Amino acid sequence: MPPRGLWERAGRTAYLAFCTAVFVFLIAPIVVIVPLSFNAEPYFTFTEGMLRLEPAAYSLRWYQNVMGDPEWRHALLNSLFIGVAATVLATTLGTLAALGLTHPALPGRSAIMGLLISPMITPVIISAAGMFFFYSNLGLTQTHLGLVLAHATLGTPFVVITVTATLAGFDPNLYRAAASLGAGPLRTFRRVVLPLIAPGVISGALFAFATSFDEVVTVLFMGGLEQRTVPRQMWTGIREQISPAILAVATLLIAFSLLFMLSVEWLRRRAGTR
Amino acid sequence: MTSRPYRSRIRQVVHATAFVLLASLSWSRPAAGSESLTVVSWGGSYARACQKAILTPFTAQTGIETRLESYNGGLAQIRAQVETGKVYWDLVDLEMADAARGCDEGLLEPVIAADLPPAPDGSPAVDDFLPDMLTECGVGMLFYSTVYAYNPTHLAGPKPTTIQDFFDLEKFPGRRGMRRSPLVNLEFALMADGVPVEQVYATLGTPGGVNRAFRKLDTIKEHIVWWEAGAQPPQMLADGEVVMSTAYNGRIFNAQVLENQPFVIVWDGQVLDHGVLSIVAGTPKLEAARKFLAFATRTESLVAVGRYISYSPARRSGTALITTHLETGVEMQPHMPTSPQNTARALHNNWEWWSDHGDEMNERFSAWLAR
Amino acid sequence: MSSKRPADGGVFALFGPQLRAVGLVLPLVAFIGLTFVAPLATMLSRSVYDPVVAAALPETLRLLQAWDGVHVPPEPVFETIARELRTARQERSLGRVATRINRVRGGLRSVLTRTARRVREAEGPAWRDTLVGIHAAWDDVQTWHAIRRAGERFTARHYLHALDLERRSDGHIAPRPDEYRVYVSLLWRTLVVSLSLTGLCLLLGYPVAYLIAHAPPQRANLLLLLVLVPFWTSLLVRTTAWIVLLQTQGVINSTLVALGLIADESRLAMIYNMTGTMVAMTHVLLPFMVLPLYAVMRTIPRLHMSAAASLGASTIQAFWRVYWPQTLPGVGAGSLLVFILAIGYYITPALVGGRSGQLISNMIAYHMQTSLNWGLAAAIGGLLLAFVLVLYLVYDRLVGIERMRLG
Repeated sequence: MPPRGLWERAGRTAYLAFCTAVFVFLIAPIVVIVPLSFNAEPYFTFTEGMLRLEPAAYSLRWYQNVMGDPEWRHALLNSLFIGVAATVLATTLGTLAALGLTHPALPGRSAIMGLLISPMITPVIISAAGMFFFYSNLGLTQTHLGLVLAHATLGTPFVVITVTATLAGFDPNLYRAAASLGAGPLRTFRRVVLPLIAPGVISGALFAFATSFDEVVTVLFMGGLEQRTVPRQMWTGIREQISPAILAVATLLIAFSLLFMLSVEWLRRRAGTR
Repeated sequence: MTSRPYRSRIRQVVHATAFVLLASLSWSRPAAGSESLTVVSWGGSYARACQKAILTPFTAQTGIETRLESYNGGLAQIRAQVETGKVYWDLVDLEMADAARGCDEGLLEPVIAADLPPAPDGSPAVDDFLPDMLTECGVGMLFYSTVYAYNPTHLAGPKPTTIQDFFDLEKFPGRRGMRRSPLVNLEFALMADGVPVEQVYATLGTPGGVNRAFRKLDTIKEHIVWWEAGAQPPQMLADGEVVMSTAYNGRIFNAQVLENQPFVIVWDGQVLDHGVLSIVAGTPKLEAARKFLAFATRTESLVAVGRYISYSPARRSGTALITTHLETGVEMQPHMPTSPQNTARALHNNWEWWSDHGDEMNERFSAWLAR
Repeated sequence: MSSKRPADGGVFALFGPQLRAVGLVLPLVAFIGLTFVAPLATMLSRSVYDPVVAAALPETLRLLQAWDGVHVPPEPVFETIARELRTARQERSLGRVATRINRVRGGLRSVLTRTARRVREAEGPAWRDTLVGIHAAWDDVQTWHAIRRAGERFTARHYLHALDLERRSDGHIAPRPDEYRVYVSLLWRTLVVSLSLTGLCLLLGYPVAYLIAHAPPQRANLLLLLVLVPFWTSLLVRTTAWIVLLQTQGVINSTLVALGLIADESRLAMIYNMTGTMVAMTHVLLPFMVLPLYAVMRTIPRLHMSAAASLGASTIQAFWRVYWPQTLPGVGAGSLLVFILAIGYYITPALVGGRSGQLISNMIAYHMQTSLNWGLAAAIGGLLLAFVLVLYLVYDRLVGIERMRLG
């Protein structure tokens, strides 16, 4: 170890303090919400009882509120239905496209790639406005199908990117070996390719699902009363009557996203694409 | 090779996905009650009053399911539905200016006055409704008022008593809540600027008058928190987010009697208006909607709403029947916007002016707001 | 086609001809074309094409073609428009027609709707007197200019409007009246805010990415989680969190009051203004900066910097000359992502921006949902889209779009 000057040590401490502050900035808001969702009082700040850790200051009333509310239940079903349907669509189309994109002789690959990931790069307010105009001509606004198509569109770039990345790390010899052993293309695909790209496909699917599950702009523009999703309910809740029930939903969603994140990370490690 | 465990896992994932998909498909069906009548109103405590006073008894009597949705005024959603040909609102509780405009634009079904129920004493509906309440496309329901209120726990020192005080940042520093709309705010501004009640709309009719109103709003612009839903002002007052806020009088009343909030209403300069119930043109459930309209505008229905929230019925036969609050027994009369002691300086909203100038004012207001 | 060529690439060894590759890509290309490109095309056509008035008042507009534009039009024009307005009212298109004409000249909505309502009982032959009797505006040539202008199927009006300009009745283009001018300043504000956010995210994200990229693997994983948790957490949840923290009676203010740092009546206004927008958006966008930076940094051996240092360069020099240039692809990707997300952001400013924290996307939403001026919303969207497209192409030239990664 080279000897360090005083300045360098001070600089390093300042640097670490800065990074810590940024991490706190990133995490604190999310952490703060969780205990507040157990507040027995309808306030958004810690009551004295909560700080003294009195059990009476905490309650599950906001969770009961949310669970007992048919609107939230309906919203959850909508979110799940739209999310799953959009994910299936996005994952199927996206995986096929990624397989095609990795073919070295595919003409105009860069242009195609640009087109396929454009929904991710376009500000969603613009996509949503365009979709509203186009889908209302087709009578698809205020239908579940319209939102499934919209969310699938927004989710495909993630599938394309993750699966392409997984495929990029593969040894083509594996496929040649399978072919030389007499396996037909479909069989080889099922037995060799699919297992290998599965982590990429699944993490792409999770990305797509998370995109749909968190999406609110297209729902605001195109959804009707029957298509209220969880984020849409939260939107109204935040704008109009922010009650701690929102915090209970938020906490549930945090748990949900943690689950998602850990699955994706686990799959990524597995696939060794990083 | 690891292909076997992988394959079985993939199969599991596929099965699970298919299950969730099917399950959510079959679950989301029954929830989509497309048979029920969708009634759109103003949310919060007013919607709760309507639910108890009108919607629930209506379903009990007719067997027609209803569903109460909330909105924050304006014709935009109705226009969008009629323009895209997908009407999913059946009845809407509108501000009078919007009802007039919507009628002119063909967005609302004409009312058949003969269908409306007579007063309890048998006098026909056309005589029982107060003047101007029966219009081509809508039936007047209740008088409400936009007032301003403050929370004494967050406002130390002297208390505001006039509409001028709302604009007086020196005497009463702090943030104010106002509805995100030019409606009523322009009137407040002119009254606070010294324009007599009877000249407010004449003044607004001149370009200089509109400028004057915006200039007055400019003086407090940086201190305004804008609200959209009627449920927000009581909340902002309770949270101390604002020291005073304009609000619908009934919302403040409900917070006072049901949540024991210490709010105080300043009636000086209140702007009276009335809500109108209309049927959206092109609704596929016109028959049921007409039934609902007739039921909702019975004297009994209007009185019941008025005894949950302090809004005054639009029928002559209703006024005397507003006695006490149905939940707490509080005497209603002192809280009614039309009570004489509250109308010393009260402005009647000129809906004709607003239905003519609403678009320009909205555009100008949104430009003003964004600067 | 290429069936004689040996199958040479990766997975496609087993699919054979190149045609298959195209076949695999095609479904998604078609899907995106239908569900994404076609909608954008519809939006762009909406911004210049509007047939509503032309379809509702065809005869009137045909007669107005021959009009001199100086005097009030002759009697037949009055008769025709009275008839066509009445029909429009019956067909429920009057609202749409009146709205559009009203946008060309304010105040005409009520003239048209009132006329259509009253003209039912009216009878000829003195149509001009009848209409002028209903509203004096019918005696004003400007009314007729407005109707003629609104009747154009193709129009640049919305784009002019989006740039705070208008075409006067004599044909030349001039700025709109001062009290209606808002879009240029809002576009400018959006640009400035987006650039500041990009800068802020880079400033906060770069050191953090460096720390994670060069930490020992165990700790790096843990630190990475701290970035990934907000990245995966729902946008609405994070926005709610900031409301809870920043509002007047929120956690931060209450803590400051409890600590005696501020007085109870002078709580800080940190939300429902530009501060709220900036803070919450930095939080939302920061992971989009950190992740690409991290992805690039972890491939850079620290050895390079030590080598430079051992050659006598100071730490700062070594960083600036050796390390920074190698991270540029990450800086580019992160900045592009953050900037593009920022200029189109809608949800967060709408919820925590109050009045002063609104951006151009809030105006798009306003015209989509409240004023229903869809042509104008489409035109603002079109301007924004063109801007994003330019950025995208520049990025593709400089870095290459294929290198877009998700961290």
